[in-house]
Amino acid sequence: MWSWVAHRITGVMLFFFLFAHVIDTAMVRVSPEAYNTAVETYKNPIVGLMEVGLVAAFLFHGLNGVRVILVDFWSKGPRVQKQMTWGVLVVWVVLMVPFAIRHLANVFGGGS
Amino acid sequence: MTAPTMAAPRTKSNRTSSNFELNSWLFMRGSGVLLLVLVFGHLFVNLMLGEGIHAIDFAFVAGKWANPFWQVWDLAMLWLALLHGTNGLRTIINDYATKPNTAFVLKTLLYFSTFVVLVLGTLVIFTFDPCIDPSSTLDVCQTQ
Repeated sequence: MWSWVAHRITGVMLFFFLFAHVIDTAMVRVSPEAYNTAVETYKNPIVGLMEVGLVAAFLFHGLNGVRVILVDFWSKGPRVQKQMTWGVLVVWVVLMVPFAIRHLANVFGGGS
Repeated sequence: MTAPTMAAPRTKSNRTSSNFELNSWLFMRGSGVLLLVLVFGHLFVNLMLGEGIHAIDFAFVAGKWANPFWQVWDLAMLWLALLHGTNGLRTIINDYATKPNTAFVLKTLLYFSTFVVLVLGTLVIFTFDPCIDPSSTLDVCQTQ
């Protein structure tokens, strides 16, 4: 139940971000300066933390989506759906930890 | 007073039969798997490799879109993500907007904004000009 709720919430988050992301990328058609100003926002530390949240949302939505597919199409899927929920969380942590370390080091550490 | 009539089980509904809901259900699963690969690759290349987010600027985009591989990648990601997300929101509107008028207005707004963003994104990928700035110092703009 909660993973169903989380799937909807993360889905809506990702969809609204997608709109913003297409529009900020569209600045490449205006001028290099306009685009560079737009992506500069993403390098701000507070936005950098929100990006970790966004990647967390994407990874959960994608991994839980694989679980939904397995429940729907794999004959044993419905029986092991609970174990697969734990699998989703384990893989999510395994991917999130290196990403968070790398990304936060980029956002808060060196670089220009 | 007549009792309300109820169709016998398994009688065909008189609505025109359409596989739209089945097809969109399948599309969510197919596009979902593709998006997992496309978005994972997008995030890995843009945020994990090299300097990560600090490397992203106009020149970075110009470098990527000089390669048709990334143009196709980004175009596929744009279309699949927008259609996947739009269908997801359509499902959510169907679930929570109980008044038909509210659902209609929300879906009209949804389809209109998806259309605008889809056209905008597609045009940006196909009409991208790395030398939009005449005084550009990028390598690709030096030979002209």
